[in-house]
Amino acid sequence: MIDITQPIYVLTIAAFVIGLIRMGNPATARSGILWAGIAMAFSIGATLFVPGLSNLVLIFTAILIGAVIGFIAARKVAIVDMPQMVAIYNGMGAGAASSIAAIELIRFGTSSFNLTIALVGAIIGNVSIAGSVIAFLKLQGWIRQKPIIFTLQQAANLIVVAVGVLFGILFLTHHSLLISYRSALIPFFILTIGYGFLMALPIGGADMPVLISLYNAMTGIAVGLEGFAISNYAMVVAGILVGAAGTILTLAMATAMNRSVVAILAGGFGKVQEESRTVSGNLKPISSEDVAVMLAYASTVAIVPGFGMASAQAQFKVRDLSDMLIAKGIKVFFAIHPVAGRMPGHMNVLLAEAGVPYDLLEDRDEANRAFQDVDVSLVIGANDVVNPAARIPGTALYGMPILDVDKSKNVVVLKRGAGKGFAGIENDLFYMDKTKMLYGDAQESISKVIQELKKL
Amino acid sequence: MHRWKIDFSTYVKRRWRELIITDWAWLYIVILAIFVGYEVISHVPVILHTPLMSGSNFIHGIVLVGAILALGYATNDVERVIGFTGVVMATLNVVGGYVVTERMLSMFRKKGGGK
Repeated sequence: MIDITQPIYVLTIAAFVIGLIRMGNPATARSGILWAGIAMAFSIGATLFVPGLSNLVLIFTAILIGAVIGFIAARKVAIVDMPQMVAIYNGMGAGAASSIAAIELIRFGTSSFNLTIALVGAIIGNVSIAGSVIAFLKLQGWIRQKPIIFTLQQAANLIVVAVGVLFGILFLTHHSLLISYRSALIPFFILTIGYGFLMALPIGGADMPVLISLYNAMTGIAVGLEGFAISNYAMVVAGILVGAAGTILTLAMATAMNRSVVAILAGGFGKVQEESRTVSGNLKPISSEDVAVMLAYASTVAIVPGFGMASAQAQFKVRDLSDMLIAKGIKVFFAIHPVAGRMPGHMNVLLAEAGVPYDLLEDRDEANRAFQDVDVSLVIGANDVVNPAARIPGTALYGMPILDVDKSKNVVVLKRGAGKGFAGIENDLFYMDKTKMLYGDAQESISKVIQELKKL
Repeated sequence: MHRWKIDFSTYVKRRWRELIITDWAWLYIVILAIFVGYEVISHVPVILHTPLMSGSNFIHGIVLVGAILALGYATNDVERVIGFTGVVMATLNVVGGYVVTERMLSMFRKKGGGK
């Protein structure tokens, strides 16, 4: 029987690259995933017919279970929760890579060189799966988003990973001084997975997009290494491709947030300086009626969405509001910070979902040129990305390019409560004289404003 | 046992030589893949970063191919359990990754075709 997998793998890789290129352009993005999807289906199909495979019933059962759960979960999840779904599916891929590594290592069948590669891949995969799970739990709100910090954390993390790797080396060198070499694999896996958990804990919610992107790249590399260990070219090329693309993407995201990847991994979001600063002024609540009046008499309105709009699913109401204002002859634009929400482009996706016309969206630089002529800026659940504290040296946000909402004539902030942003620092903008606070769920608040506008 | 310890270093050395002499292909592949990955991503607008991350997340779902082979060649129960878990997880990566990416990207089409 001829092995048909190789030619199909080659075509798959070509289709993956074409798919990625197409996904990089808004006009062709949707066909990009289709290219990749069809290629993937062929590769998997061909692999199932590899001669000499046993356990076919188990294989099909496992695929069925994974496909049903994966499909239902991905279909049912709200658009706003997409980031954590990416995180958890990424973790699953890393887990699969580690499973392949585990089997290769237990068998001890191939050369030591391949085993070393498999072991390195397992370390990367284990860190990625554990970190992805933490990212998922944090974004899902099942564990607290604030950095989790304890004393001697860095030292503890270092010891855990060092001992884990040591067990890996004991295994590779077939050392049975303490325990049999095969059982060294158990502490190796436990400790490297444990390190993945520990590493992600001190990283706050604001940095999660960068972290997920980093884990995505790591999973790619783990897949590539495991592909090397089992001599599967498709896995090597696709894995390294994702590893490289994911690394660039991680750096691009970090740059957009003015954060360095190293600083993010070091953990904590300016934990020392933040408490020392006090903000003068007070928070001034406003009624939805007054907001409606302000908007109705404005000539230019800027809408500044943030995670609050996403979590309240308010994008549809926001679109209604902007349509109403435009119908009244008011100039409306949306000021989009590249990292507003939980991922770069998060706001664009949500507003596109609600059908907001693309030409109403202004990026950070365009918006900042326009703010001085804006009568009312409506900040909908955005916080850190509009915090002028980013201009004050020494604050945790210092250096992050922000939207200059404070330059507009009036500011209305829609906010659930008086809490702080992801960065955990006070927002000077909220205390300014021209700023009024409209408390409550963003969707309800905007509905009320719309009702009041209708009465005018 | 000590025989293995000696073997390990000689094996790496031998294997490394083999790699350099006969398996240059691997390194070509890796280098080219890195450049392709870099080129593909570096010109992408920020708004597509999230869908693209999701799309590349789907692509490393190719690990399912390896997981199927690992389970397909499993010969004892320990290997079967690990392999089975691996295939379930890899399938989640593939199917979930595809659906999530597709849902995100479908919104970009609406925008292009809409008013």
